[in-house]
Amino acid sequence: MMQEIPQTVTAGPAFMHCYESPIVQALWLIPALPILAAGIIALLKQSRRKTASSLAIGSLSISLLLSVIAFGHVVHDWAGLSSRIFTDSPAPLLRWVVNFTWLRFGSATVDLGWVLDPLAAIMLVMVSFVGLLIFIYSVGYMADDENYTRFFCFMSLFAGAMLGVVISNSLLLLFMCWEIVGLTSYLLIGFWYQKPSAAAAAKKAFITTRVGDVLFLLGIVWLFSQTGTLLLYSNGAGSLEPGALSGLLAAHGGLGLSAASAIGLLIFAGAVGKSGQLPLHVWLPDAMEGPTPVSALIHAATMVAAGVFLIARVYPLMAAGMPPVKFGYATTPSLTVVTWVGSATAVFAALIAIAQNDIKRILAYSTVSQLGYMMAGIGVGGPAVGMFHLITHAFFKALLFLGAGSVIHGCHEEQDIRRMGGLRADMPLTFATYAIGMLALCGFPILSGFWSKDGIIDAASLWHPSIAPFWLLLFGALLTAFYMTRQVCYIFFGYWRGHGAAHESPRVMTLPLAILAFFAIALGFIGTPAWPWLHAFLEGHPVAFNWGGFAEPGLGMLMLGSSLVVFLGLGLGWRLYGNKSPEPEAPDALEQSAPWLWAPLRDRLYVDEFYGVTFIAFYAWWARVADWFDRRIWGGIVALVAWLFGLWAQLNRFLDLHWVDGGFDKTCEELSNGGGLLARVQDGRVQDYLRILAVAVVALAGILIWSSRP
Amino acid sequence: MSPVFYILATLTIGGALAAMLLKHLIHAALAVTIAFAGMALLFLELDAQFVGFAQILVYIGAVAILIVFAILLTRGADLPKEGVFSRSWITGLAIAAGVFAVIGWAILQSIDAVPQRNAVPAVSVHDIGNALVGRYVLPLEIVALLLTAATIGAVIVAMHEKERSR
Amino acid sequence: MTAFPSPLVGYLLVAAMLFAIGLAGALIRRNAIMVLIGIELMLNSANLNLIAFWRFGPHPEALTGVMFALFSIAVAAAEAAVGLGLVISIYRHTNTTELDKINRLKG
Repeated sequence: MMQEIPQTVTAGPAFMHCYESPIVQALWLIPALPILAAGIIALLKQSRRKTASSLAIGSLSISLLLSVIAFGHVVHDWAGLSSRIFTDSPAPLLRWVVNFTWLRFGSATVDLGWVLDPLAAIMLVMVSFVGLLIFIYSVGYMADDENYTRFFCFMSLFAGAMLGVVISNSLLLLFMCWEIVGLTSYLLIGFWYQKPSAAAAAKKAFITTRVGDVLFLLGIVWLFSQTGTLLLYSNGAGSLEPGALSGLLAAHGGLGLSAASAIGLLIFAGAVGKSGQLPLHVWLPDAMEGPTPVSALIHAATMVAAGVFLIARVYPLMAAGMPPVKFGYATTPSLTVVTWVGSATAVFAALIAIAQNDIKRILAYSTVSQLGYMMAGIGVGGPAVGMFHLITHAFFKALLFLGAGSVIHGCHEEQDIRRMGGLRADMPLTFATYAIGMLALCGFPILSGFWSKDGIIDAASLWHPSIAPFWLLLFGALLTAFYMTRQVCYIFFGYWRGHGAAHESPRVMTLPLAILAFFAIALGFIGTPAWPWLHAFLEGHPVAFNWGGFAEPGLGMLMLGSSLVVFLGLGLGWRLYGNKSPEPEAPDALEQSAPWLWAPLRDRLYVDEFYGVTFIAFYAWWARVADWFDRRIWGGIVALVAWLFGLWAQLNRFLDLHWVDGGFDKTCEELSNGGGLLARVQDGRVQDYLRILAVAVVALAGILIWSSRP
Repeated sequence: MSPVFYILATLTIGGALAAMLLKHLIHAALAVTIAFAGMALLFLELDAQFVGFAQILVYIGAVAILIVFAILLTRGADLPKEGVFSRSWITGLAIAAGVFAVIGWAILQSIDAVPQRNAVPAVSVHDIGNALVGRYVLPLEIVALLLTAATIGAVIVAMHEKERSR
Repeated sequence: MTAFPSPLVGYLLVAAMLFAIGLAGALIRRNAIMVLIGIELMLNSANLNLIAFWRFGPHPEALTGVMFALFSIAVAAAEAAVGLGLVISIYRHTNTTELDKINRLKG
């Protein structure tokens, strides 16, 4: 199947490597190893728990190692870039590609391949590192679960598929890995399938993302028909390369858009489903039915980020035809849609998060909101802006989820924050790490979230079409700080309202928390204005440390303003919720002051109900119609055919009985009668025999005499 | 043809007919005896005196008596209920008539080839005796054997069977 | 028919008639003994034929006809004896001499 006709591309001019480095050739191992591990675990007995987790963790560790090597390779070459000075010529591409032909139909081929570039390298390290930490955490969290082995099988499969999405150079391969990611998400959300709510949530996740995936597939097909290839980069012939892009820009895509914009929007629809943007966000909160490590890995750090990553990956397509501007950021039709959807999602989800009482659900809506930030970031400022927030968010959201898991574990599987409280004293390590994560999420100055979120807000302030996203995102920051403060106050401050005694979690669970907390603090420093390393790395140009980066006009005001917003939110939250711990059944403080606001927010702004009465009701009606049709019409036809056959069979039977059998019977009867007749000759009477003799003699004599006449 | 022939022919045929047609078996037996007698006279007419006397001795003296004994031993005197002729007597009659027709036809067919010798053969009993033990000694012995076997056989067949356990 | 070409023809016809009568009786009469009588008649008619041909045929001095007829009479007598013995034996077993009723030869 794999015809190895590698058309490897050495990036740029000849001063780059003239040979293919081994890590690029071996890049396919990074997703292959966890998938292989998943396959082996699937064959193991459920009792071999140690083997399963060792296989999963071991394979992902090797993948991490290889990812780090690949990352180092790219960084090394990128550093080599910065030692050169380039004039107006475009910077050489930091991209290595290995393509091979998978299928051939006559002269057309279907090619697959993988790519290693800064974007892929960053994502590889992030996914494998966070994944590894969560795997280790799961060893402790899932220790009491009887389906431990199955868990690691699915998690390993997920990790492999996600890594496959990251390095894929072909939209087809990407889509295949995308679907496997969706499948494992379904399997893991419904891990405790005996719970009806879990099974329903898994189904909802799958179907909702499916809506996005269908549009995604349409986009892929359209792209293929337009450009003739699904490879993204292929020696100038790929669909993201200038040749194809200019063709796509020129073609019409309906509704006054170019084909590039239309395809970009379709691909964005896939991202909307996978990343839980408005209106396909409804599955993410329900996905919290799965175990906490699943929520941490899949629904915080990686799978939902796949949508953002996809947009970053096909950014050349989305940004095709962007008019050049001297200052600030211009846009294209598809990027405009991305920005608006992202901003709306950010605010929408943050509003709902305020009124939730389940610890994981708050975090889920928070994820939806932050994903909106990322999308908006890509829309206004380009992939680097969005990816920065994605990286930092991965770490502190994973930290928050794992911390939530630790809290749930310590509170004996209690998930309602109204039944917690005062855990600051009982679970100090968890509290400390959780607090760090929460502050990073809010965008507290110096922490990683501050830098990444500010990058987005800064870019939004410079967005040409409209300043509305800027205000929306700022408002969202306020809400984020508010609801996170509410959550932390309910859980860690006040006094204990639960049953039993709370306890700290084991080291195997708290160690990853600590590691993630470190990154939540430190990771921001790769993207500060003074040293925008990540942006430079992703965009492939050199960077230098420069305090003057802070001196950009308006930047100081912006940083100050966003910090103020954060403090405002924190203060509001503390004032309302502070050290108070209302009874679980008592109404929330906000509810008391603004009940008209509270009810819709608690009921998730009725999106699920809306879907229920429209799409789902229609579908149920349609299913009933189809069932009627099937039973009456098709069933009727089948019954009719069966009846005809029955009739035919009866006719055959009749003929057989009366003609064939009858005829045969009659013949036998006649033979018998004939025999009987003949037998009557031998009646035992001598006189009759004598008579016959006499007749015979007479006859003979007559013949003799007659013949001897003269 | 001499008138004697006609008288004797009539006698014989009459006796034979009577034998076949009479209902009473004893009457039939007597009738057939007359037929036998007529036959003997015909033999005498044909200058076969020895055969004629042998006919009288054997047929009338033995066979006829035998027949009468058999009738007596089998209660043939009782007349059967359904009549003496079988139900399909016409078929039998037809067959007999057919036979007669065929033979008659054969005779009349060859009427021109019939031998005509009229001289009386000069045969004596002495010649017959000589022939019997001369040329025809083998048939004589065989006939003797046959008669012995027949006698023994008749005795065995007609003997009362010993009572066997049933 | 008063003037036959040869007296032989008359005898032959008589014999033929006797044969036919004998045959008729054997075929028609129900009683077994009557059948035997018929058979005797037939044998007699054959004897008549023999003697008639001996008398009017060539070489009567060979005595062929006479011998044949003598032996025929002897055999007829033996056969009559055995036959009547059989009838008596059958009568003892089946208590009847009616041929219609004796059909154990039935196939």
